[in-house]
Amino acid sequence: MATSSRNRFKSDPQLVARMSITMFLIGALYVAVVAALIFSGINIAFVLVIAGGLLFVQYYFSDKMALYGMGGRLVTPEEAPELHGIVDRLCALSNMPKPRVAIADTDIPNAFATGRNPRNAVVCATTGILRRLEPQELEGVLSHELSHVAHRDVAVMTFASFLGMAAGLFTRMALYSGMFGGYDDDDDNNGAGAFFLILLVSMLVYVLSFILTRTLSRYRELSADRSGALLTGRPSALASALQKVTGDMARIPTRDLRAAEPFNAFFFTPALANGFSISSLFSTHPTLEKRLAQLAKISAELGQPV
Amino acid sequence: MGLLDTILGRSKPVKPDLDDLFALPSAAVTLQAAGNLRPTGVGSVCVKPAEGGAFAGLREQINELLAMDGGKYDESTDSFGFTWIVRRGDPNDLSGLVADLHGVNATLSDAGFGPALLCTLVTFTDSQAPTIGMVYLYKRGTWYPFAPTGKDKRDNSRELQVRAYVGDELKVEPDLSRWFPVWGAPGF
Repeated sequence: MATSSRNRFKSDPQLVARMSITMFLIGALYVAVVAALIFSGINIAFVLVIAGGLLFVQYYFSDKMALYGMGGRLVTPEEAPELHGIVDRLCALSNMPKPRVAIADTDIPNAFATGRNPRNAVVCATTGILRRLEPQELEGVLSHELSHVAHRDVAVMTFASFLGMAAGLFTRMALYSGMFGGYDDDDDNNGAGAFFLILLVSMLVYVLSFILTRTLSRYRELSADRSGALLTGRPSALASALQKVTGDMARIPTRDLRAAEPFNAFFFTPALANGFSISSLFSTHPTLEKRLAQLAKISAELGQPV
Repeated sequence: MGLLDTILGRSKPVKPDLDDLFALPSAAVTLQAAGNLRPTGVGSVCVKPAEGGAFAGLREQINELLAMDGGKYDESTDSFGFTWIVRRGDPNDLSGLVADLHGVNATLSDAGFGPALLCTLVTFTDSQAPTIGMVYLYKRGTWYPFAPTGKDKRDNSRELQVRAYVGDELKVEPDLSRWFPVWGAPGF
C-alpha cells in the first residue's frame, strides 16, 4: 500500500478487556454445563437439538423476522434517495457491501440492522427517526447500525444466547414433566431429588447466562457506537441523535414501569438501586450517560492536533 | 475483518489505496479512441470532514496549499456534508491533473485522515451526450463509471459500455452494487 500515514483511530483496551472477560465467562459456563451433562449421564440431547434448531431459524431468518416485526418495507434508491445516499457513502468509506435498505412506517424514532452476515444484512429506519434527525445525525445512527453488521453481532449474540435458551427450555420441560407426572420413578426416591436438582441447576444456568448475554450486548452497543463515530468522524452528531431518540423513547417505557410498579415491589429490592441498579444489569443497551461519555472521549481525541 | 476483530467487536478503519489512480491517463487514451470521450480537465477529491480542531487545522493547511497554485482549486460541500476539493485544469494535461489530485490525497492521508477519503472523480465528455465521470474508490482501489442523466437518474447502459472500453487498462470495480451514485458532484 502506497500510503503509510498515521492512524487517528485508537482502540479502547478497557472495553476489549471487559468484553473478553464476559465472553470468557459465557464460554466457561458452556464448558461447565457440558461437563455436568456428561458427568450426570442425563440424555437431554433432544433439548439441545430443539434449542439449536430454534436459534438457527432465528439466526438464519433474522433479517426477515426483524423486518416483519417492525413492519419494515424494502425501499429502492428512487423511493428514498437520501437514505440510500447516506448508506452508499458509509459503505464506500468502510469498504463493506451495501445492505438492503428498509423504512418502517411508525413514528417511534428507531433504527436497526440485522442479518446473519454483511451480504444478507438489512438496515431499517423508521419514518419517526427520519423526520426527527438532521442528516448528520441520521448518518451517525446508520453508521452505528452498519457497525453492528460489520461486527456480525447477530451471529455473536445468537451464539452467546444459545445456552440461556436451552436452559430456559429445559427448565420449562422439567417443570411440565414434573407437574404432569411424566417422571418415572417407581423404584426409588432419588428421582424426585434429581428432578429438583436439575430444575435448580438449569434455572441457575439460565439466570447466569441471561445476565452475561445482557452484559455482552451492552458492550457490543458501546463498540458499535465507537466504530460508528470513528467512521463518520463526528461523534457529536451521534451523541445528539442519541439524546433526541432516547429522550423521546424513554417516555414510553416509563409509563409501562409505573403500571408495573406493584409487581416491582415483590421482585426487586430497592437497596440495590443506589449506584448499581438491577435494571442496568438486565438492560440490553448501556445507559445514555455511558454512551455519551464514550462519544465525548472520542470527540476529544479527534480534536487533538495532527 | 479478522475473526478476532469480529469477536471483540472492533472494526479497523480502512486505509486508502492510491496506487491505481495513475492508471487513468493511459486509460483516457483508450476512452478517446473508442468512445470519443475527452477529459474536461475537472477533477475532484471527496472527503468526509471530521469534527474537531485537527481537521480544521488541516483544512487551513490545504487551503493555503491550494491557494498558492493560482486559484485552480475550489471547495464545496454537498448535501450529505462531504467536502469536495475541485481542481480545474488544462483538459489536455490529464497526467498533471491526476498528479495534483494525488497530492491532495496524500496530504490528507499522511495527516491521518485516509479513512475519511471517499472517492476521486475525474470527468469526461463528448460533444453530444452528457458528461460522464470516472470514480475512484480508495478503499477498494478500483474505478467505475458514473453517467448521470438528470435528477437521480443514471444511464446504466452507457456505464457498462465505458466499462467495456477501459476494462483492460483500469481495475474496474467488479461488484456492480458498489457503483454508488454521486449525484450533484462537481464537474457534471
